[in-house]
Amino acid sequence: MNHYETVFILTPVLSDAQMKEAVEKFKTVLTDNGAAIVNEENWGLRKLAYPIEKKTTGFYTLVEFDAEPTIVTKLETAFRRDEKVIRFLTIRNDKFAAEYAAKRRSLKKAAKEAVKEEAPAEEAQVETNA
Amino acid sequence: MAQAQSEIRYLTPLSVDNKKKKYCRFKRSGIKYIDYKDPEFLKKFLNEQGKILPRRLTGTSLKFQRRVARAVKRARHIALLPFVTDLMK
Repeated sequence: MNHYETVFILTPVLSDAQMKEAVEKFKTVLTDNGAAIVNEENWGLRKLAYPIEKKTTGFYTLVEFDAEPTIVTKLETAFRRDEKVIRFLTIRNDKFAAEYAAKRRSLKKAAKEAVKEEAPAEEAQVETNA
Repeated sequence: MAQAQSEIRYLTPLSVDNKKKKYCRFKRSGIKYIDYKDPEFLKKFLNEQGKILPRRLTGTSLKFQRRVARAVKRARHIALLPFVTDLMK
């Protein structure tokens, strides 16, 4: 088992639902082949540094997973077959990268929880004001 | 007379190249992995045209220069950094 992470860019012409559907599709490709998805990040619509296929923006998605090496080729064939994907990059995380990824995940989680805690607090304040 | 005195003369010539010693920021701050997903950080190692700066300018050690180069190339592939550009900063 190795740690992997993959970033792929979907075309900006998709609707939000279509985009999520495509992401789900690739996640099922992974899980069907016995990979364990560790983390998934949606970076949303971002501007590309240079045009790809005459498009200047794209939906970025990051998926971290633990899997056997054979799965990577299967995933990449799925990417190549799908016209919605305009660019992808799959990388094996070595021990330093895995450490960094774990730290990044925990930071993201902490940030999310902080936001969640803030939101109810604000609501409470609004209620008291009302 | 007064003018001649005001002219500053040094016994030993001033060393012009009295610069700070360069160091590898990764070794000093203990960074082990360079993330390709962080283009803002990687921009520190690029010039205005988006080229990777040489080690002799940034002071990065060989080990980390290789890792910087790899991270930059990955970032370029997924369009987080441009291959060529003008006035990036």
